[in-house]
Amino acid sequence: MLVAHAPVHEAAARLRARARWRPFEIAFWLAALASYFLMPSWHLILAEVAILGLFALSLDLLLGYAGVVSLGHAAFFGFGAYVAGLIAKYGIVTEPVLALVVSGIAAAVVGFITSFLVLRGADLTRLMVTLGVALVLREIANRLAITGGADGLQGITIGPIFGMFPFDIAGHTAYVYSLAVLFLLFLLARRIVNSPFGLSLRSIKGNPLRAAAIGVPVNRRLVAIYTIGAAYAGVAGALLTQTTQFASLSVLDFERSADVLLILIIGGPGYLYGGLIGAILFKLMQDWLANLTPQYWMFWIGLVLVLIVVVGRERVSGWSLDFAAAVRGLARRLVGSRTLASSPQDRR
Amino acid sequence: MTTVLETVGLKKRFGGITAANDVSLRVEKGARHALIGPNGAGKTTVVNLLTGVLRPTAGRILLEGRDITALDVHERVRLGIARTFQINQLFSDLTPLESLGLAVSERLGSGRDWWRLAGSKSGIVEEVMELIERFHLVDVMYERTAVLPYGKQRLLEVALAIACRPHVLLLDEPAAGVPETERHEILSAVAALPADVTVLLIEHDMDLVFSFADRISVMVNGALFVEGAPAEVARDPRVKAVYLGEEAVHA
Repeated sequence: MLVAHAPVHEAAARLRARARWRPFEIAFWLAALASYFLMPSWHLILAEVAILGLFALSLDLLLGYAGVVSLGHAAFFGFGAYVAGLIAKYGIVTEPVLALVVSGIAAAVVGFITSFLVLRGADLTRLMVTLGVALVLREIANRLAITGGADGLQGITIGPIFGMFPFDIAGHTAYVYSLAVLFLLFLLARRIVNSPFGLSLRSIKGNPLRAAAIGVPVNRRLVAIYTIGAAYAGVAGALLTQTTQFASLSVLDFERSADVLLILIIGGPGYLYGGLIGAILFKLMQDWLANLTPQYWMFWIGLVLVLIVVVGRERVSGWSLDFAAAVRGLARRLVGSRTLASSPQDRR
Repeated sequence: MTTVLETVGLKKRFGGITAANDVSLRVEKGARHALIGPNGAGKTTVVNLLTGVLRPTAGRILLEGRDITALDVHERVRLGIARTFQINQLFSDLTPLESLGLAVSERLGSGRDWWRLAGSKSGIVEEVMELIERFHLVDVMYERTAVLPYGKQRLLEVALAIACRPHVLLLDEPAAGVPETERHEILSAVAALPADVTVLLIEHDMDLVFSFADRISVMVNGALFVEGAPAEVARDPRVKAVYLGEEAVHA
């Protein structure tokens, strides 16, 4: 009996091992915490990085785990941003954390409704549908009087967090707040991807036909993760509004959707840290390259993207196992070229 | 005997081609039923219709008397139809342990659990380990499926269907491409299925068909052609006529 039971315990342990905290992860979060004490003059930009990281994390849940591509993820970011701005401006919800929850739920509702459009069709259809939804939302925000149109939503005052901690001009509160929200939502995401539900998402990403054939309700799972991803993006957008006390049409820009995809690709999808690392690298590059050649920094970003796609075939240790494949697959979809597919690794 | 799976006038058209035409098939409970026919006869189309991958142009499908024509693939799996694929359909980035764990937890309705870690229900893991041992996957259970040798992938292909604990199991050429030396592992696993599990086997290998089946249906050009006990079908001159060319090639 003992012999028969030993492999069961080991197998169960191996299944759960994915969820074990690795030294790299602990170091990452300790560094994030340390940055608060060691880099006080950077808090404004660090808050921005944390928000960007959360936004990219929300896309990772879709792309990295469920294999759902999106070119319009800013729709939910922007929706959350405007909801947070409006409920603060009109005094509906004045406490930031509660307002964050409301904004997240509002974005989730939009995500839930639009998810049914995204279910239809393959990757190209999804790219177009997500792009279209974001464009529609942006135009609505542009036309409505209540959002302030092209002038943006002005006159937002954000109350103190829990009624105790007011936002300050140097971004100290903003950074602690953004980092705390990011960490909590990261913990939740970590739980989700390592659950049976998360496993079923990975199976759908790998082979939706077979997933259905072993009883996975593919569409329902995709609706669920799309809704969750939208909620995450909405919270990120709301954080931006709250920490900057402003919301403009730029939160719904196509560029924002493209940037977040870029960030996730830079960091690597499918292991949760890709979005966070990508956000850090993106901001650093933006900062550094913009200083180097103010007008042409997009040139360098473009070059880096191409290099990642081409060189990224060789796996970088510690990065996602299927990073290269994911990047290559995505590049293939975006570029529409099959030449990238000809490497022997494709037959892995 | 009771009919467990029945199709009534099943038809599937792809543009101008009729892949399945007026197929009325009855499969008895506990049968070892083989569906044979030349290439392009429409056998896999029938499997795809039965499992819901394809929707019929006309006709109905009944499982244990219940009309399942309108149900989705996963709903039919819940009701007890599982299948294997002619060409492996596996999760290349998951391990056999994860793949089978997923199949079992979906069957038990805990596949949507998002708050607990995969591997935290020992009942599920125990059942998965049983399957892994039965299908000789112990030494590769922690490997990514993509790197498994073909024979092991084929075993996993069948194991995934059996993990769904089907009442009706559809096997689409389960031994295709498997080396002679490893075939018996798949065949013995299928032979070891409980007698009340109904098996519909699609196969080209006539030795395998006649050693396994107690009932044979022959499809030609999208339509059912002959049905009967193996001995009757073997004697039937029309079947011989259809198969003569192919048999000669095999020999």
